[in-house]
This record gives sequence, structure tokens and C-alpha cells, in this order.
Amino acid sequence: MVSKTLKKLTQRNEFYIFIVIMLLSVVIEIRSGQFFTPNNLVDIASALIVPGMFAIGAFMVIVSGGIDVSFPALASLSVYTATRILTDANYKGGMLLPILMVVAFGALLGALNGFFIAYLKLPTLIITLGTSSVFKGIMQGVLNSTQIATIPIGMKQFGLGALFVAENQSSGLTSRMPTAMIMLLAVLFIAYIVLRYTMYGRGLYAIGGNETSAYRAGFNVRAIKFMLYVSVGIVSSLAGLIRVCMMGQCHPTNMLGMEMMIIAGIVLGGTSISGGAGSLTGCMIGTILIVMVQNSLILLGVPTFWQGFFLGMLIILGTGISAMQVSRAGSRAFKKTAGEAAK
Amino acid sequence: MAQSVLKVVDIKKSFAGVEALKGVSLEIAPGEIHCLAGENGCGKSTLIKIISGVYTADAGYIEFGGRSYQKITPIEAIMNGIQVIYQDFSIFPNLSVMENLAFNTELADKRVLVNRKRFRKIAEEAIAKIDFKVDLDAKVKDLSVADKQLVAISRALMFNAKLIIMDEPTTALTKKEVSALFKIILALKEQGISILFVSHKLNEVFEISERFTIIRSGEKIITGNTSDLDDKKFSYYMTGREFEDLSFTAKNVEEEPVLEVEDLSLGGCYENVSFSLRKGEILGITGLLGSGRTELALSLFGLKKADSGNIRINGKEVVLDSVAAAMENKIGYVPEDRLTEGLFLSRSIGENIIISDLNSLSGRAGVYDFKKKKSAINKWVKELAIATPDPDNACSTLSGGNQQRVVLAKWLARDLDVLILNGPTMGVDIGSKHDIHKILQSLAEKGLGIIIISDDLPEILQNCSHILIMKDGRVTARLDPKKIREKELSEYMM
Repeated sequence: MVSKTLKKLTQRNEFYIFIVIMLLSVVIEIRSGQFFTPNNLVDIASALIVPGMFAIGAFMVIVSGGIDVSFPALASLSVYTATRILTDANYKGGMLLPILMVVAFGALLGALNGFFIAYLKLPTLIITLGTSSVFKGIMQGVLNSTQIATIPIGMKQFGLGALFVAENQSSGLTSRMPTAMIMLLAVLFIAYIVLRYTMYGRGLYAIGGNETSAYRAGFNVRAIKFMLYVSVGIVSSLAGLIRVCMMGQCHPTNMLGMEMMIIAGIVLGGTSISGGAGSLTGCMIGTILIVMVQNSLILLGVPTFWQGFFLGMLIILGTGISAMQVSRAGSRAFKKTAGEAAK
Repeated sequence: MAQSVLKVVDIKKSFAGVEALKGVSLEIAPGEIHCLAGENGCGKSTLIKIISGVYTADAGYIEFGGRSYQKITPIEAIMNGIQVIYQDFSIFPNLSVMENLAFNTELADKRVLVNRKRFRKIAEEAIAKIDFKVDLDAKVKDLSVADKQLVAISRALMFNAKLIIMDEPTTALTKKEVSALFKIILALKEQGISILFVSHKLNEVFEISERFTIIRSGEKIITGNTSDLDDKKFSYYMTGREFEDLSFTAKNVEEEPVLEVEDLSLGGCYENVSFSLRKGEILGITGLLGSGRTELALSLFGLKKADSGNIRINGKEVVLDSVAAAMENKIGYVPEDRLTEGLFLSRSIGENIIISDLNSLSGRAGVYDFKKKKSAINKWVKELAIATPDPDNACSTLSGGNQQRVVLAKWLARDLDVLILNGPTMGVDIGSKHDIHKILQSLAEKGLGIIIISDDLPEILQNCSHILIMKDGRVTARLDPKKIREKELSEYMM
């Protein structure tokens, strides 16, 4: 029984990525002695919040068989608009109004994606490449976006808020665990429940597996897809809001370009890029690895320009291993059926 | 006759001005196994889609158990006990058997939340109906084609199905699996469920169905009892053509073998296979799926190098370790699955024909000669009678039979010594099948050595000059098609 569970485990991508994370941690620890310090761990967790939330949204899209590249632009536009309005109105209140505003903008922009993809049946990648440029264009052209150096006080306070503070005994450095961590955990929990225990979530997997079959089985494919892009718009915009709050300023182009890194993390975590297969656990583990590499190479004394190189290598290795496993499993299955037929 | 389960009266349907159905009627009694046959594109899929509510008929009506409908929705069709098992089975390969079985019921009950216990119960009930043993937690993509089909059948049975429509259910099944399927169909009949079996394979029509309806170009040609039907009539109703008998006798056989295979082995696939082929002969290789027949073909085309043994071409020993090496030795291969392995479906017919022969159509600098290209394409389109208004059309616009001709043309454009065909007429309708056989026989007469790998026994018997039977990777018998009947042949295979 134990060996069977172990065998099942070793066939999963998540397992290997987890081992890579462990190895990497040990290497960093040996080289720098700084990895397993409380403040470094908290730093990594804190750096995970925004990519983690982006990843959850992008993951659901990939499961349904599409690839969304517009979420950073979407988040930038909705957060910039909200922050600009609030700053101009000299808003002094708490977080509730900013959250409601980005949720509304996010849903609206997501609905735009959803309309094209679900109702006009256009491919997600093409549409989101398009809307991504449109969102950037509206932000930089129509709204003439500039950096907003002082964000409303409520947002700033939320960004500075800490659940607890971790201190490194030897160096005296401290790190805060942001309150926003709760939002990541909440979104993660909701996504987990939805994907696993609702017909809506299973519908996403079904559509990713075979859209025609999903339609014939009685899934309301259009509504499911439309709702998917609305929720991805909302989650991404919330992630963007957290980013702005934590940075204490709103930099309109700061998040652009994150999509590749996020998608890479999701694929590393074993999600099939063609849809229908993948777990939220894998998605988070892959994202953690990406965040770790970005944060920790500095601890190793590796110049930052090597970051891209290492990330690239990881992606090639990570996806390579799983591709190899797929082909191995395929030849095993072939031999099995051939053997049975021979009997 | 008891009240019919389904009655279709005078259905008409046009698409963009083209009449797909010109007034077709059909009646099915409870517990009847009815076969709907017709060539590709005759309108039978359109008819099924109208019965299942996917399309709406332009004229005519449908009656379920006495109630008549001008048009129905897919849900109404299901409520009336109509279930369609599509050729692709409409399954989710990425999900578990349990989920595949439970989704339809759960969605029909408008459930919002997933309850795995209930899922499992539904799934267990479903597979119990046809006594189907399967691991409910296995992913459907890991099942065999036959098991995938059983998943689709068990799922269909869950809605109090009165009529199950099976769209060419045997296409991807082996002989054994087909007989298992037929047993299930008979068991369903016992329970009073009617089956509308769509097929264009006549041996199946004879074996399973009681009554039949044949459609040709949107018109019903005949409905009747299968017992009144024979081969000749069936082919005639299907195509409107009379076929002469095409039994092959090798003429113009050269003395020296063009291809000799000696003790060829590949671990886990086949062992000690020996045979020789002379120009002008057609060698048939048959055996069940997994007998090593396909792997042997792949080895001869350089796709799976054999571990040991010799291959001689025109008396000279050769090593076939790549497709290029096989082509150099003038060997061509028409794969089993022409759609994914044999053709560039989205490219033009012409380009597909000349793809293997680009070198000889190019000038010195490797730039290709458009005039030569055009004349080569026209030559083959004419020679093989490929039915297309324009060779620049995409290959996907052709019917199965014509696509197979394009694959043939692709190889014939090169000057070959040996042509290996794996399932040359799989999924091809009768008319084209007949034409392809004719082409192959005349090619042999012109001095090509041909190997046909197929489990279509009549095809093997009709076209080959000798037959090899493979079983578990070994050649177990060498037979003369003139001295053996289909039944004995199939006994050799088991």
C-alpha cells in the first residue's frame, strides 16, 4: 500500500517540483546560511501573495483549455483607475471602497474577455493578446497614466498592516507578514472548493477535456466560460490592488510582463497547457518555486541578470520531465494493451 | 406491429441551398435492431442530428411513442428516451470514469455541488446495467477504445433509454471487441431497447440487424428485412453501381524477389518473421490487433528498427533505420491512420500529392519548378480519379476514399518498388473501396510489389496472391487465398 502511494506520488509533477524546492532551499542555506531564517521565509511568503493570486486565476483559465495573457494589463487598468479616482476625490476612508471598486472594474473588464471568448467563440490566447494591448492603450493613452506617488491613506495602511513580524536573531533584520496574506489564503480556499466540489468547477475540467462533449453532457459551456473570465478579472484586480497597497504607490506599468512568469509557474506545477488536467496544489508549488528563484538568487550571490537564465532552465527542465513521463507512460500503456491482446 | 418507438416522416433538410435530406422516412419498433446504412455524405448523420434535436428539419415530423413533433430540442429527445453515442463517444479523457458516468445525470438534476458518494453510486448503477467491469477511479484516457465505448453506452442507458443510436460504433474496434459489443447490443434488445446502428460495413449489417434502411444522396432507397439482403444488392443500394468481382490473380510476376525478409525480430513486437515478395505480387498480412503486424510494417519503413534479422532489396542486404533509408530503397508506406499520419489535411490536395517527391520537381538550385509541379499533380488527380473540382482545395474537403487516393498518389509520384499499406480501406465507403482495390491490383500488374496489412478479411482474400497470418508476433500460417474461406481464415487468427 505504501509503495503504491509512493508510486502514485512519483508520477506527479508536483512531487518533483517539491523536491527541487527542497534542494534549492538546502543549496541556498549552505551557500548563504540565510535561507531558513524566519525573516527570509516571511519575505518569500510575502512575495508570493500577488503572483499566487494571479496564478490561481490563470490556472483556472488553463484548466478550461485557454491561455489568458491579459490579466496583468487588466489588473493594472482597473487598479490604476480606482486609485486615480480615489486620489482625485481625496478619499480618506478604509479598504472597503477600493476593494469594491477594483472588483467592479475587474468584473467589467473580465466580462469583456468573457464576451469575446464565450459568446463569439474566439480563441482565448488571441483575444487576451488583443485585450491586453487595448487595456494598456486605455491606461496609457486615454487615461494618460502617470505614477501615483501617494495613494489613499487607507490603502497605504492596509499595505503596511502585518499579521506578525519575524525577526532574524543574528542580523536583527525584521520582516512583516502582510495582512493581505489572508486574501491569498481566502482566494485559494474558495478556488479549491469551487474546483473540487462544485459542478461549475468540474465543468471547467470537462470543458478543458473536451468542449463538445461538455456541451452534449448538458454543461452550459457559454455561461461557465463567461463567469470564468469575470472571476479571473476580479481575482487579478484584487491581486493588483494588493500590489499597489504593499508598494505604497501606484506604478501603472509595474505589473506588465508578469504573465509569462506566472504561466511558467503553473506549467511547472504539472498543469497541462492544453487544458483539462492540473491541480491547484501543483499550481501553487510551481509559483512558489518561481518566486523563490527570483528572491533567493540574490542570497546566493548570483547577479540578478542570471535570474532569467535560471527561470528558463527550470521551465525547460520542469516541463521536459513531465513530457518524458507522458511518453514513457504512453509506451507502457501500449505494451500493456499489446500484451493483453496477445493473451 | 407494436407502436413504434420512433417514427420519422418525410424529413427534408437543406444547408445553404444544398438538399441534404429529400424526404426521408424511418420507423423503428421496440426492441428492434435497425441498421442505417449509406455512403459518406449521404445524409445519415444529418438524419441522426435531426432525430436527436441538434438540427431542426425544414419539413416533415418526428413521432415518439405516438406524440408528434415538428421540431425538438436535444433535451426533449433525451426525455423521450433517445440517446446518441457519437463516434468520438463524447467523453472527457482527462476525468475519471466515475465523473464521466455521473455528469449527465447530475446536470439533468441541476445539481450545483459535487457529492462524490452520490457520483459513485450513479456510476456503479450505470456499469451494472451492462455488467461492465472497470475501475471507476481510472482516467478515461487510460482505457482501451472498447472500454471507452462501454463508458458511453452505460452512460446512455441511465436515462431510461428507449432508442440508442450508435454512429459507426465499430470503426476503431478489433474483431474481438466488435463481438463483445454485439453481445451487449443483443442484451439491450432483450430489455426492449431499440438500437439504430449506423454503419457502412456490410458484414456487420448482416450479423447484427433485423431490419435496415439505406440512404443514398439524401433519399431513402429501401427499407426491409436484412434476411432479404445479400452482398450484391447491398452494394448496389448503397452506391447505385454494379460491381464486377475483382478477385486478384498475380500476373507479370518477376522471378527474383524484390523484398526478402529473414528472421526479422523486434523485442516485444514480433519474432523470426520471414517472407519474400516478388514484383507483381500482393502479399496480405493479417492478424489481431497486437499481433505485431503494424510494428512489422513500421520496421520495413524504417520507423522502428528491427533488433535482428536481414532485409534484402533486390538481393542486396539493406539497413532500414530511417524513413529516408526506406525511401532510398524505394519503399513506400500508407499508414493506418491517414488523417494524422498520412496527410497534411489543411494543405492543398496537390501539395499532398507531391510532398514525397519534391526533389525531382526542383531545379538545380533546389527551387521548385511550378510547371512540372502542376503537370505532376494533374497527372495523378486524373490517373487515380480523385473527385475534386480543383487540386488547390484543402485535403480536408475530400471524402475518406478520395483522401486515401491522395495518400496513394503521394507515393506513386515516386518510382517505388514496394508499397506497404496498413488498413488501406479503413473508414472508406464501398464505392471508393472497390476503386482502391482496382488501383492496387493494376499497380501490381504494372510491376509493383505490394503488401496489404489489414484485418478486413474479404479484402485480404480478394486482393492478395498469398497471405501471412501473424499471431503473438509470429508468423503462424502461410495461406493461399484461392484455397481458403473467410471463416477458416478467421479461425487461424484466433
